[in-house]
This record gives sequence, C-alpha cells and structure tokens, in this order.
Amino acid sequence: MKNENIIQYIYGIADNALILGQRLSELCGHGPNLETDIALTNISLDLFGQIRSYFQYAAKLSGDKKTEDDLAFLRIEREYKNVLLVEQPNRHFGYVLTRQFFYDVFHLLLLQELQKSTDETLTAIAKKGIKEVSYHQRFSSDWIKRLGDGTEESHHKVQEAVDDLWKFTDELFHMTEDDRVAVESGIGVDVSKLKERYYKRVGEVLEEATLTIPETKWFQKGGKQGIHSEHMGYLLADLQYMQRTYPNMEW
Amino acid sequence: MSKKEIKNTGTEATRSDRAEATRSLEEIFEQRIARDEKIEPKNWMPEKYRKTHIRQISQHAHSEIVGMLPEGNWITRAPSLRRKVALLAKVQDEAGHGLYLYSACETLGITREELYEQLHTGKAKYSSIFNYPTTTWADMGAIGWLVDGAAIINQVPLCSTSYGPYARAMIRVCKEESFHQRQGFEIMTKLAQGTPEQKAMAQDALNRWWWPSLMMLGPTDAESVHTEQSMKWKLKRKTNDELRQQFIDQTVPQADLIGLTIPDPDLKWNDERGHYDFGAINWDEFWQVVKGHGPCNKERLSARVNAWEEGEWVRDAAMAYAEKQEDKKLKKAI
Ligand SMILES: [Fe+2]
Ligand SMILES: [Fe+2]
Ligand SMILES: [Fe+2]
Repeated sequence: MKNENIIQYIYGIADNALILGQRLSELCGHGPNLETDIALTNISLDLFGQIRSYFQYAAKLSGDKKTEDDLAFLRIEREYKNVLLVEQPNRHFGYVLTRQFFYDVFHLLLLQELQKSTDETLTAIAKKGIKEVSYHQRFSSDWIKRLGDGTEESHHKVQEAVDDLWKFTDELFHMTEDDRVAVESGIGVDVSKLKERYYKRVGEVLEEATLTIPETKWFQKGGKQGIHSEHMGYLLADLQYMQRTYPNMEW
Repeated sequence: MSKKEIKNTGTEATRSDRAEATRSLEEIFEQRIARDEKIEPKNWMPEKYRKTHIRQISQHAHSEIVGMLPEGNWITRAPSLRRKVALLAKVQDEAGHGLYLYSACETLGITREELYEQLHTGKAKYSSIFNYPTTTWADMGAIGWLVDGAAIINQVPLCSTSYGPYARAMIRVCKEESFHQRQGFEIMTKLAQGTPEQKAMAQDALNRWWWPSLMMLGPTDAESVHTEQSMKWKLKRKTNDELRQQFIDQTVPQADLIGLTIPDPDLKWNDERGHYDFGAINWDEFWQVVKGHGPCNKERLSARVNAWEEGEWVRDAAMAYAEKQEDKKLKKAI
C-alpha cells in the first residue's frame, strides 16, 4: 500500500477525533458543573492525544518535512475527512452528550478492529485508545441514561437531540475508496461490518434511557468526501486562525 | 456563695458560665494556632474565624473558575496541537483547584449552591485580574508567567495556614501553579525568540499584564484592612507590599533573560535596599475594576451565570435519576 493511501486512511479516522475534540474544547469553562466540565475536557484531551499520534505518524509517512500541525491546521475544508456527526454544534448539553455517545460507540468498535491491523503503529495507537474510549463510552452512555430517565424536561431535550442527530449515524459505516484499499492491504477496518453491533449497542442504551429509537430512513452524508455542513467553516476558522495569520512560525 | 444565692442569681450565673466556657474554648483555639497546629472542621472556632475563612476561601475558589474564562478564550485557537493540549490541561487544572477549594469551603458549613449564589449576585468577589481581556496568543504566556506567578507568591504561605482543609488544598494547588508558571514563561520565551511579529506580540502582552499583575498582590499596606487579624490566623505571613516586592524582584531578571522590557520607566535596581525600585501603581484603575468597571467584568460574570443557569436542567436530571435508582435499589431490597 502506498504511503499516500495510508495518510488518506489516517485522515478518515483522525479527523473525526480532531473535529470532535475541537467541539468539546469550546465547552471548557462552561459546563453545567465543575465535575462534568472536567470530564468533558478530559475526553477532549484524550482525543487530542490520539490525534497527535496519528498525525505524527502520517507526517512521517509523507516524508516532505511536514509536521503534525501542518496536517491538523493547514488543509482546506474539502480535505478534512471527518463525518458530519462530529462537526455538529454544541446546541445544548443534550446534543453534546448524544453526539458523544453516537461517536463513542462507533469509535470503540473501530479501535477494537484497528488493533488487529497489520500496521504496527496503527495497532499501538488503537490499543492505547481502547482504554480511553471505553471510558468515554461509559461516560456518555451514563449521561444518556441520566438525561433520558431524569426529568421530563431532560427526557424531552435529549430525545430532541437523538432525533436530530440520528440522521448522521449511517455515514459512519460508509466505505470510502481509501477504506477499501486499506482493508484489502490488511491495515484498515471494514466499517460496514460494524453497523449491526453499533445499532444494537446504541439501541440498548436508548432503551434503558427510556428514549425512542428514531425510525427515520433518511440519512445525511458527505463528510467523508470532504463535503461538510455550513458549521465546518467556522470551526476551521477558529482552529486555523493562528497558523493562517502567522504562517511558518514556531510556537 | 451559698446554694440559695446561686439560685437567686441563676440567669446571671449561666450567662457568665457560658462566657467562661467560650473563653476557655477560645483559649484552646488560640493556643492551638500558636502551637502551629491545624484547626479542623470538627474543632470549635470563633464565628469571625469561620466567616473570614468562608470569605477568603470562596473568593479564591471563584477566582479559579472565573480564571478559566480568559484562557478558555484561546483554547479553540491555540497555534499548535502541543499548545492546545497544554492549555486545555491548564484550564482543567484550574477547574480542579476550584473543586478542592469549594470542598474546603463547604467544611465550614456552607453549600456550593450558596457560594455560587454569592458569586452570581456579585456579593462575593474574585480576583480582578480576570476582568482584563485576552486579545492575543501571547496573553496565554503572560498569564501563566505573571498571573500564576503572582498567585504562587500569594499562595505559598497559605500551605501552612491555620485552617487544615485550606492548607491541604493549597499544597496541591501550589504544585500545579508553579507548573503553570513555567509553562507560561516557556510560551513567552518561545515568542521572544521568534519572528519580529511574535516578539512584538510578547512585549505587548507584557505591557498589558504587568501592572494588573502587581495589583493582584493587593492594595498597599496602608489601605489593607484585614492584615493584622490575618497575620494572627496565618492567612497572611507577609504584607501585600512585601509580596509585591518579592514578585518584582523575582520577575525582572526573568524578563531580562528573554529580552523583554518591563513597562515601567522608574524601574531600577536599588543597591542599598537590595531590591528593585518601581513606579507608582494606578490604584484608581484597581478600585475601578474591583467595583465592577473593568473591561470584562460583565462578560465574566454573565458567562458564569449562563453556564449555571443553562446547566440547571442537567443537574436536575442527574439528581432525579439518582433518586430513581435509589428507589429501585430499595424496592429490590424489600
Ligand atoms: Fe490560584
Ligand atoms: Fe489555579
Ligand atoms: Fe494556574
């Protein structure tokens, strides 16, 4: 497999962590109480830690003196390969936790498969990530239950988020061309095979949370091809601000 | 005095007994402090001691969490992944400090809700330094270096203060604050050694944060009301002016080292005193900001109030859920 393919494959995984980590970092200092503020920041920190491992590896593969920061900050919007789910804004705590939960369940399944990769670096990153993401999934599942089976208001709010964000879940299982090449060469994960386990796990938690599983069959997609929502440009404007304003400097 | 006589003057005797008892409690309390022993939540303490500690510890806790906001302002725009992670972790540490300090304060018989209420209504104060805006990335360096630096000077003596829970919280806090200070200085160093734009950014940040940092060490001794009592209770070991001098003496050589200029034309080494002399502090500005008229007082407070109000349904949900789980457990047990 060519290095360029591996790099593209890494974007497909790491960009999700990058954009979700960035969204979570917006909340630091504004949580509903100190304990959840600290916990959400922890998740963001874990994700940025993973991103650095992925991008340091990708930068090395690219071989042209690129750094992790070039990859994280200096691509155009079209070149970010994250799914639409993770770029959705922090409308309220119910959205934040639902987005997190929907991603965590996928993320854990993905890493459990990725640890079997024939690429040793990816295997190592996955193994380390599994520990962190297991905790993330526990945290977000617990909150879905609390909000779903808490008060009438919280039930209503989290159901609203579940209904709204559901349409972004299907994209997680779309195979891109880069995915196919990576699977064929043994380094990548066939995400289409994770779908059944994903919806089973998600369904169990929603049920325990007394929430209704949406019946919609209409799903949104595009992020994996670099076609994002209107929210993405603003997120990138923040993320890239310093690197764009002060190019070629060290910080 | 015969039994009969005591009976006749019963109320008076009880009152003086009580006064006697309080006096001896107070003596025990004061001896304990004199022996450098800690006062613990279960120990008797004078009401004034309790109130003063609630005021100071909560003010400190509020400063930690309001202090998350100016730096939180740059998390999404941090210039590199390494810096983003470090800044996130730093701001998270401040949340942790808030948590230890609120917990220490709660041991004095006040709830966190009450403490927040005092902050949100403006009854309780927080450090005025956080009412200044963070306008560039270099402010992350300046805050770590100067603000955390001044905080350490204020706080190291508190590690041996008389109230046990406060002293123990401060030991943990101070360790992390000195890490923050080194990190801030490292940001400044990198900028000062960088391109002309970066160096200008660093100098501009130093210019804006220098004087507010000096004010952070508190009003001059002549105007400081609490000092004497605070010294006795070991809430203070040195006066504000002594601490300020210590901060200046420590910081000026650091600025020299990285080639930045302290924005004070009157600053010069005084061989006789063995200290730096420095220019007059604009105390009008200080009191202005304390009274709520700083550049960001409104924004900081409303950010805290918003987070609290918008979080209410979340906290209610967690509580309701916990109660339901408790009920389920009980039913199972029956
Ligand atoms: Fe502090
Ligand atoms: Fe702190
Ligand atoms: Fe700090």
